[in-house]
Amino acid sequence: MNWEWLFVTIAVLAALGVYLSWTAGRLDRRHARLAASRAVLDAELLRRSGSVLDLATAGLLDPATSVALADAASRARTAAEGAERYQAESDLTAVLTAVLDDPADLEPLRSDPAAAAALDELAMACRRAAHARRFHNELVRGAVRLRRKMLVRWLRLAGYAPMPETVELDDTVPRGLATE
Amino acid sequence: MKVGIACPYAWDVPGGVQVHIRDFTEELTRRGHTVSVLAPGDDDDLPPYVTTVGRPLAIPYNGSVARVAFGPRIAARVRRWLVDGDFDVVHVHEPASLSLGLITTLWAEVPIVATSHSAMRRSRAMSAAQGILKSAFEKFTAHIAVSEEARRTVVEHLGVDAVLIPNGLFVDRFAVPPRPDWRSGDGTLSFLGRLDEPRKGLQVLLKAWPTIHDAFPKARLLVAGRGEIDDIRRGIEPRHRDAVEFLGGVSDDDKAAMLASSDIYVAPHIGGESFGIVLAEAMAAGAPVLASDLEAFQVVLDGGRLGAQVPVGDAAALAGEAIALLGDPARRARYRAAASLGVRRYDWARVADEVLAVYEMAIAVGSGGHTFKLPGLP
Repeated sequence: MNWEWLFVTIAVLAALGVYLSWTAGRLDRRHARLAASRAVLDAELLRRSGSVLDLATAGLLDPATSVALADAASRARTAAEGAERYQAESDLTAVLTAVLDDPADLEPLRSDPAAAAALDELAMACRRAAHARRFHNELVRGAVRLRRKMLVRWLRLAGYAPMPETVELDDTVPRGLATE
Repeated sequence: MKVGIACPYAWDVPGGVQVHIRDFTEELTRRGHTVSVLAPGDDDDLPPYVTTVGRPLAIPYNGSVARVAFGPRIAARVRRWLVDGDFDVVHVHEPASLSLGLITTLWAEVPIVATSHSAMRRSRAMSAAQGILKSAFEKFTAHIAVSEEARRTVVEHLGVDAVLIPNGLFVDRFAVPPRPDWRSGDGTLSFLGRLDEPRKGLQVLLKAWPTIHDAFPKARLLVAGRGEIDDIRRGIEPRHRDAVEFLGGVSDDDKAAMLASSDIYVAPHIGGESFGIVLAEAMAAGAPVLASDLEAFQVVLDGGRLGAQVPVGDAAALAGEAIALLGDPARRARYRAAASLGVRRYDWARVADEVLAVYEMAIAVGSGGHTFKLPGLP
């Protein structure tokens, strides 16, 4: 056995060790960011349903519309975590789209400053929620790419953390709010 | 909030990205935030919030010449700026250009927000750099695209998603009175853009001009923009030449006044426009818009609700539609009324709100982690 070979082997093992610990650190930070972005998404969805409730209870819309909006918003706020919650949020989007889709319908409403402010706030809340979900999903996709790497899988560098999943729900901003 | 913005192109060279950053910085400063802009270029005669990193290099990129910055000396200056600025969030513009955005991304340890402006065809440089770009892009907490085309570019080239937040403008600054000496009996048409840049489409408009001028002999055409004016003038048929007035490069005030004096603002662009801020400016100034049907323009004009559109590069259709519009004041008034409402969507008051919301979210999510530090460096 040759001394050079021993030296080379030690160098390779050391390099591998550094790479693995760096990758493990990267994974760890990714999971921390994912948890944070998930919390941000939850907060933005709550902000959105909150703005809908504000609009529905301000006495600016007709009673039927107000009831439909308030019902969908409170369902979204009280749904159980997971698929049920996403379905409720998508349902809220469907109601919003049905009510606020035509910019022309909203024109008379906007002449009232209070209503215009409530609509603006809701528009921003809708956009924030949609943005937050895209940012979160992008982080999820990045983390999944990293975890699919061969070494990461073989050496279980991610430990027992569950494979992250994208959040799929309909958060389209109603046209009446998008093109104000 | 302390915000650091990395601008990829030299500050003293006119360009859409620079104007966007300048106006956005002004709006944020007005709201009490601290903004520092990093740009390539030399130190003299710049606003106090701009830090420069030295001479940019001119390289061909994305079909035109881009002035960009890279190299170890510039990397050191970028790191110094990041340390001195102590930012809450760093915003890199045009991260796919091989410039300050990319270097900043590599070294920043605070949350990074990126904005992509341009729409690109697939180019060799992009493909070769893809691996590097992809790993840098993983550090972004939030990625913004200013148009659907710009978004599609990052999705297709780099496989990452971005949210859509349009360019902004100060709508109220365009509400200026028309200049009487720029008005005319049959109507005033205007064009804005570099004269020798074929993508701006002046050649299409000048081909259509004789037909328009024959139909409305008292109409005139204002052409604002830098370029070889004499050559282009000589190319116009003599009897249609005097009704065309070349204004050269115009100040922001003159631009607004020209648009406000226009009965039709013509945007005959044949490509290369990702957003079309100039259409929004015309709408803000109250000029009815007649534009080519580029995808970016269709979005700004809301599919024809806010202005007229003709097929790209079709001089005959352009002439026909311009004549129809000059003869139909009611239709122009309709466009003007709808556009003055629609353009509010692009007012900085609203656009900056949305970008600040993105900053808040990015700060809440946190940064993409630490850069690999060499010993002995700050």
